[in-house]
Amino acid sequence: MIAVSGNLLLMAFISYVLSSIAFVLAVTGKRWSDRSPEQHTNRWGWIGFSIAVIGFLFQTGFIITRWIAGGHFPTSNMFEFMAFLAYSIILAFIVIFLVYRITVIGAFVMPVGIIMLAYASVFPREIQPLIPALQSYWLKIHVTTAALGEGAFAVGFAAGLMYLVRTVDQEKSTASTKWLEATLCMVLMLIGFIGTTTWFSSMGYQATFQVPVGTVTTEVVYTMPAIAGPQDATLVTEGVMKPWFETPSWMQGLNAARKLNTLIWSVLSGLVLYAIIRLIARRRLAQLIRPMVRDIEPETIDEISYRAIAIGFPIFTLGALIFAMIWAAEAWGRFWGWDPKEVWALITWLFYAAYLHLRLSKGWLGEKSAWLAVIGFIVVMITLVFVNLVIVGLHSYA
Amino acid sequence: MNRSRTLMRFAILAVIFVGIAVALYNGFIKDKAVVQTGQPAPDFVLNTLQGEPLQLSDYRGKGVVLNFWGTWCQPCEAEMPDLENAYKKYQGQGVTVIGVNIRQPEVTVKPFVERYQLTFPIAMDRTNEITQLYEIGPIPTTYFIDKDGIVKKIVIGGPMSEETISENMKLIVPE
Amino acid sequence: MEDIKCQCGHANPVGTYICEACGNPIGEAVKDKDTVLDMRYEGAARRSQTYNKTIIDKIWNFFSSVKIAVYMIVIVLLASIIGTVFPQEMYIPVPKPANIYYSETYGTLGELYYLLGFHNMYTSWWYVSLLLMIGISLIVCSIDRIVPLYKALNKQRVRHNPNFLVRQKLTAQIEKPAQWNQTLDEIEEQLKKRRYSIKREGDALLAEKARFSRWGPYVNHVGLIVFLLGVLLRLVPGFYLDQYVWVRDGETKKVPDTHYYVKNDGFIIEYYADHEFPQDIGLGEGDKVVKTYKTHAVLYENLNHGLAGAEPKLEKVTEHEILVNHPLKYEDLQLFQAGQKPNALSALNMTLLNEKTGEEIGKFKIDLYNPLPEYPITADTKVQILEYFPDFEFTEDKKPITKSTNPDNPAFIVNTITPDNPGGEKSWIFLGSYLPAAGVDNLYGFKFSMPDLTNITGLMVRKDKSLPLIYFGCFVTMIGLIMGFYWQHRRIWIQTEGNIVYLAGHTNKNWFSLKNELKAVMDKVKVPVLLEEKGKGGKAS
Repeated sequence: MIAVSGNLLLMAFISYVLSSIAFVLAVTGKRWSDRSPEQHTNRWGWIGFSIAVIGFLFQTGFIITRWIAGGHFPTSNMFEFMAFLAYSIILAFIVIFLVYRITVIGAFVMPVGIIMLAYASVFPREIQPLIPALQSYWLKIHVTTAALGEGAFAVGFAAGLMYLVRTVDQEKSTASTKWLEATLCMVLMLIGFIGTTTWFSSMGYQATFQVPVGTVTTEVVYTMPAIAGPQDATLVTEGVMKPWFETPSWMQGLNAARKLNTLIWSVLSGLVLYAIIRLIARRRLAQLIRPMVRDIEPETIDEISYRAIAIGFPIFTLGALIFAMIWAAEAWGRFWGWDPKEVWALITWLFYAAYLHLRLSKGWLGEKSAWLAVIGFIVVMITLVFVNLVIVGLHSYA
Repeated sequence: MNRSRTLMRFAILAVIFVGIAVALYNGFIKDKAVVQTGQPAPDFVLNTLQGEPLQLSDYRGKGVVLNFWGTWCQPCEAEMPDLENAYKKYQGQGVTVIGVNIRQPEVTVKPFVERYQLTFPIAMDRTNEITQLYEIGPIPTTYFIDKDGIVKKIVIGGPMSEETISENMKLIVPE
Repeated sequence: MEDIKCQCGHANPVGTYICEACGNPIGEAVKDKDTVLDMRYEGAARRSQTYNKTIIDKIWNFFSSVKIAVYMIVIVLLASIIGTVFPQEMYIPVPKPANIYYSETYGTLGELYYLLGFHNMYTSWWYVSLLLMIGISLIVCSIDRIVPLYKALNKQRVRHNPNFLVRQKLTAQIEKPAQWNQTLDEIEEQLKKRRYSIKREGDALLAEKARFSRWGPYVNHVGLIVFLLGVLLRLVPGFYLDQYVWVRDGETKKVPDTHYYVKNDGFIIEYYADHEFPQDIGLGEGDKVVKTYKTHAVLYENLNHGLAGAEPKLEKVTEHEILVNHPLKYEDLQLFQAGQKPNALSALNMTLLNEKTGEEIGKFKIDLYNPLPEYPITADTKVQILEYFPDFEFTEDKKPITKSTNPDNPAFIVNTITPDNPGGEKSWIFLGSYLPAAGVDNLYGFKFSMPDLTNITGLMVRKDKSLPLIYFGCFVTMIGLIMGFYWQHRRIWIQTEGNIVYLAGHTNKNWFSLKNELKAVMDKVKVPVLLEEKGKGGKAS
C-alpha cells in the first residue's frame, strides 16, 4: 500500500510536469502552428488542463492510499503537508481555470504546484505514527482548510506575478524591474534548494562533524558539502570538502549551522541559475517570459489575482485561525498562545486584510495590488517553511 | 442636526472607552490579591503539629501574627528565633504567633521546631490549600491581623528584623 | 456647510457625489466627465467627512478612516513579526531570567531586544492598545458607513439621469430596436430566471441580485468586535482561570481555586509497539514514540467548602479518561493532560542489617510523601526518623537543607535503636547509600531494594467563560466573509431616452462574470450589444 501511494504521487508529479509543458506550448507555440493561434491555444490549453486533472486524481489516490496505510490523514509532517499544499494549489487552479478559461494561468500556476511538490520530497517521506498532541480529528480539518486557503493565495501570487511580467515596463531598468527580477530569482533559489538537496542525497553525500556542546561532544551530519561548518567542530569524514567558514556563535542550536549551510546552498544555486539564464538570453528574466503573457488583458489577470485571494481569504480565516483556535482550546486549554506559528498565521491574515482594504477602499488596483499578492504569498511561505525550520515552537514537526 | 450628531458620536465613543477602561482596570491595575491590607483575613482550620485543630477565627479578640514558612527556606529559618522572642514578649498583651508550615511532613517539621525551641503553635498545611488560598508567593510571608480579624500589615519576604516584628506587632495589640 | 443643489432641484448633503434623487453626478464628480463613477456607498456622503469641527468629530474621523485602519494593521503586523525574531519570554527554553538569557544567547541584539521590551511584545501596553484601537476603528468605521449605505440602497430609483448610466464601468448604448417593449419584457423574464429581482418604471428597468452581500464586510466586522469583546471579558475576574496541579497515582488533590477535588486513578504512558509502525522510520535502539498519555481522573465536589482547610466532604461528580486533545469537562471546569513525571520516587524499601555478620534484621518501607516518626523492625529494634530532607542539598557552609517539598533526592537522619545500643546510633540515609552520622562506625547498616515508584500526572486547570462569546464572534465573522466574498451585489439598469437604449451594469466584484451574464441575456433576446468595461484602472469597487 505504501509503495502504491508512492507511485501514485510520482505519477501525479509527472502529470503536473506534462501539464505545465502543455500549457507553455499552448501560449508559446501558437505562432508556429498551422492552426489559427486561438485554436492552438484552446486545444493545448485543454490538453494541459486534462493532464492536470488526471494528476490531481493521482494525488487524490495518493492521499487515500497513504491514509489507509498510515491510519491517519496524511498531513502530520512537513512532507505530507507540503504535498497537500501542492494539491490545494492544483485544486485552486482547476477552479479558477473553470471560471475564467484562460490558458496562460496554467503556465504559471502549475509550476508553482510542481515546486511545492518537489519541495515536499526534500523532507523525510516515511509514515510516522501520530504523537498524542496530533491525535485529533482537528488535524485533518485545521490543516486541510488552512492549506486550501493558502492554495488559493498561491494562485493569487502566480496571477500577480503574471500581471507584473505583463505590465512592468522592460524598456529601462527601474525599481520595479529590479524587484521583479529579485522575486523571480527567489523562485529560482527555491528550485536551487530542491535541486541541490535532491542531487546530494541521490549521491548519498555525508560529512560528519564532531561538535562540542558544553562538556559532551555530539555528531552533526551534513548531507550537503559544508560551506558553513558548525562552530569549533572537527570534520570526521575523510575526503569531503572542508567548511569555508564557521557559523557565527549567535546562531543558536545544534542544527543552526546545518540550516545556514542549506540556506547558503539554495541562495548560491539560485544565483548561479539566474546568472546562467541571463548570460544565455542576454535579457532580464521577466523580459524572457513576457511573450507568454503578451496576449492577456492586464485587467483580467488583475481580477483573477484578486478573485483567487477573495476566494482564499475566508477559507484561510476558517482553517488557519478559527479551526486552529478551536483545536488549541481542546488540546492546550487556551485558544491562543502567541506561539510563533500562530503569530505568523495572524501576520498572514493581517497582510491579506490590509490588501483587501487597500484594494476595496483605497483603490489599489493593478501593479500595487499585484505586488501585494506576490508579497502575500511570500509571507505564507515564511509561515510554512521558515517558521518551521528556523523558529522553534509547538508546530515544529519536521 | 450637527449638534445631535456630535452628541451621538460622543456617546458611542464614551461607551467604548469606558468599557475598555473598565476591562483594563480589572485586568491590569486592580490588585486581585484575595488577602489585602484592611480586609478581613480568610478563615481556615488546620491541624497543629500536635494534631489539634486550630481555627483562625477562634483567635478573635487577639492579635495574630500569621507566618507562612518551610524548613527549606533560609530566611524563614533566620527569622524564627526573633518570632519566638516576640511571641514570648507580646503573649501577655494578647498577641499570638501562628506559624503555617507549607506542605511538609511531621518528621521534617518536628526536629526543626525542637531545634529552635519554638513554643508558638505550628499549623500544618499538608495539602497546600491555605497557602493557595492566601496566594503565597515568596516565603516567608507574614500577616499581622488585629483583634477583629482585619489584616493590618503584610510583610512579603524576609527575614524580618526584630524591630520590624515588634513595630508591626504594636499595630495589632488589642486595646 | 451648504447643501449641493443638483440640476433636478434636489438638495444633497455636502460630500455627496451622486445626486440622491436623480443619480446625476454632482460636486467633485462632475469635473472629469470620462472617468467611471465611484460607486462606493452609492455616492452618498460618508458622515465622517462632512463634519469635522469639534474634538469629538476629530477623534471620530480618525477612527473612521480606512487609511488609519490600514496603518494600524500594518504596525501590528510589523510588531508581530519583530515578536517572533527571538523567542518570547514565556517560550524561553532554559530556566534563566530574561535579563540574562537574551544577552547571553543572542548577544547585543538580544540585549537590545530585551531592553526594548520585545520579549513580552504581545502583552505590552502599546501592542494591546493598538489592537484595541483597531477594535474601536472597526466599530466607528462600520457605524459611519452602514447608515448612509443602508439609506442609499433602500431608496434606489429605477430611472436615472443618463449621465449616471453612461459613466458606469460596464455600459452600452444602442439604438432602440423595433418592438423594444416586448424585448424588454423578455429581458425581464431572462433576468428573473437568473434570480434577479426586477423593478420596472415604464421603460426603465432595474435588476438587482444578492444585495445582502453588501453587508458582508460589516457583518464580518461585527463578528470581530464580538471576538475582541470576548477577549476583553477574560480580564474580568471569574471569567478566566489558569492553574496547574500535579497528582500522583491514587492521590486525591484539591483543584486549585475551585471547590473540586481530583483523583488520579492511574496515569499511563503508552508507546507504539513495533508492529504499529506502518514502516521503518529509522528509530535507534531503545527509541520509542509515545502513543498515549492517559489519566483516569475522578472529579469530586467538596460539599464542605465553606471553611478552608476543614475536612472535605467529597461527592463524586464525574469520571473521565483524560487524554491529550480530550480534556475532562465538568460545567465550566476543564482539566487538560499537560505534563508527566513517570517513575517518580514514592517510597524507599530498606532492610536493616548487622554490619559485621551481614544478618538481616528486618525490612521497612519509608513513604516519602508521609514518613512516620518511627518504624518498628522487631520487638526491641526500631528506626526513628530524626530529620527528613525530601530534596536534599548541602548549602555552601555545609548545612543540609531541602530545596523543595518534592521527594526528588530524599535524605534522612535516622536513629537506630537496638538491644546492643538502646540509646541508638545515628545514620544518614540517602538514595541507595548511607553514612554513620557521627563519624564513628555503626553496628548496623542498611540494604536498599528497588524503591517504590509512582507516576505523576500534570493537569492544567482552565475555566474560560468567554469562550462561547469568542466562538460566536468567529462564527459571525465567517458568515460575514462568506456573504461578502462568495456573493456579489449585481445591478443592471436598462432605460430608454428618446431613441437610445442605455444599458449599464454594476457589481462590487467579479465584473467578468457580470459582463458574461448581461451578454448572455442580450444574446438570448437577440439584441447584439458591444459591452465595454470602460476606464479600466480607475477605481472599481
